[in-house]
Amino acid sequence: MDNITQKLMQKSESTKKDSLGKMISLAALILIVIVVVSIFAFVMSRGLSTFITGGVHVKDFLFGSTWNPSVVNPQTKQPYIGALPMIIGSFLVTFLAAIIATPFAIGTSLFMTEIAQKRGAKIMQPVIELLVGIPSVVYGFIGLTVVVPSIRHIFGGSGFGILSGTIVLFVMILPTITSMTVDTLKSVPRHYRESALAIGATRWQMIYKVVLRAATPGILTAIVFGMARAFGEALAVQMVIGNAALMPHNLISPASTLTSVLTMGIGNTVMGSLQNDVLWTLAMILLLMSLVFNLIVRAIGRKGEMK
Amino acid sequence: MNAKTADKIATGVIYAISAIVALILIAMLAFILVRGVPHLSWHFLTSPAKAFEAGGGIGIQLFNSFYLLILAMVISFPIALGAAIYLNEYAKKSKFTTVVRTAIEILSSLPSVVVGLFGFLIFVVQFHFGFSILSGAIALTFFNLPLLTRSIETSLAQIPNLQREAGSALGLSRWETVIHVILPAAVPSIVTGVVLSAGRVFGEAAALIYTAGQSAPALNFADWNPFNIASPLSPMRPAETLAVHIWKINSEGIMPDLDAVSAGASAVLIIVVLLFNLSARKIGAQLYKKLTSA
Repeated sequence: MDNITQKLMQKSESTKKDSLGKMISLAALILIVIVVVSIFAFVMSRGLSTFITGGVHVKDFLFGSTWNPSVVNPQTKQPYIGALPMIIGSFLVTFLAAIIATPFAIGTSLFMTEIAQKRGAKIMQPVIELLVGIPSVVYGFIGLTVVVPSIRHIFGGSGFGILSGTIVLFVMILPTITSMTVDTLKSVPRHYRESALAIGATRWQMIYKVVLRAATPGILTAIVFGMARAFGEALAVQMVIGNAALMPHNLISPASTLTSVLTMGIGNTVMGSLQNDVLWTLAMILLLMSLVFNLIVRAIGRKGEMK
Repeated sequence: MNAKTADKIATGVIYAISAIVALILIAMLAFILVRGVPHLSWHFLTSPAKAFEAGGGIGIQLFNSFYLLILAMVISFPIALGAAIYLNEYAKKSKFTTVVRTAIEILSSLPSVVVGLFGFLIFVVQFHFGFSILSGAIALTFFNLPLLTRSIETSLAQIPNLQREAGSALGLSRWETVIHVILPAAVPSIVTGVVLSAGRVFGEAAALIYTAGQSAPALNFADWNPFNIASPLSPMRPAETLAVHIWKINSEGIMPDLDAVSAGASAVLIIVVLLFNLSARKIGAQLYKKLTSA
């Protein structure tokens, strides 16, 4: 009797296994959260030390236009650490690439969802998937051997610069924006299209006045994701932009981005020095910008829901 | 303008745009393969690189790429699997899960160069691992985790709830249902996800520059003891991968046959990544056929 009560009161073997399994899988999940938190904590703490221990003003850093951390300005006794050229460089390539890529992405996804579904699935779907799969260094190499020389040939100069970076990034973010746009276009309910066609709209009127309007929040999300990718892309851009930390005056003179300065500099500076700390501050800006892109995506999603 | 003319023009423009996109891909692939494939030879694929003279190969880099890929997968797969099981099978909608999902989303959108720098800060500098395969594999794990978790979670979510109910009805605990019913049913699409992410990891370079390092010391391919520093299996040696190699020789620009080596290496990289991408779905479908009666 006692034996049976005890057995009934105790946890069974499989319940024990269940809670063990639950614990293990929860631990894996928490590990990921810890990684994210510590990435932010460590990069932020290093990045902020420029301002805290280095005594640099945030304003000088964000809006100063001369970048030469190893040289000290005799007037202010501070090194030249104006990050504005890189910040502008990053935003310029990102926006320009997004502006060029968006019409291509929307056109391609309309082709795949509205105009030629069969051929879209057969030809364009693999094209987009293959484009996603090409590694970024290969884009950089193609940029270096094809894009840069052609720009040198057409516009003169060295060929390195914002324009080359934009072209390389355009091809890189095109598949990202396209595949997400295809998903949103597919999620537009079929009866929207049927109603439009039933009241006599042509296919283009249906696409332009109904489908694209209904899909706008999704398309915007896709564009922001593409921009986030462009903003954070390091090597492909670094290979073609020319790596001169100067204010970009035109699109074909060498410039630099946050990522390109980071990849070039971090190995050449001593840990803990101000020259090194300012690079971590650049990394911190990258980190914060990817948070901002995330917030924008969320805001768009919420607005889209309300309709 | 007449609505019908507008329709025709728009259709034409959309056709033209799609054609351009397809042409861009074809041109890029053709460029890499035409320039690169003629350089591929047994010698090129197996001999070590030469920094200052022509005729070097990519043997060590190729080996490093695969070794790092395998190590990164071995570390990241169990973690991603566990996280995905918890998210899809145990988690209820709560503040905690929202926070976790946000964290995973943020991790997946972080620039890979920042992930690499974090790995550099923690493993290379703080833990004194130095530029090593281990640091690189962990950085790749961070880079890979969010995508792999999401893809496994999607695979699990695709299994109909009927299966879970059947498990409960038979008196199985939730864990037993997951292990014996849900996971086997989800294996084909999990494998597809893993192979696809392997393609991404194989081509990644930005996360590795400051973790696995930019040098490829000579290896002794007769010594397979992982504790010897010259052994190919040693996790503590610096290991430049194929993708990093392409970046490095191009930004240094001192190798005399730079163009040929980068074209050849790019071709190898693209061929491997394409193989991964093309075979991912096929392997999944084959497994599905084998594992189910369908």
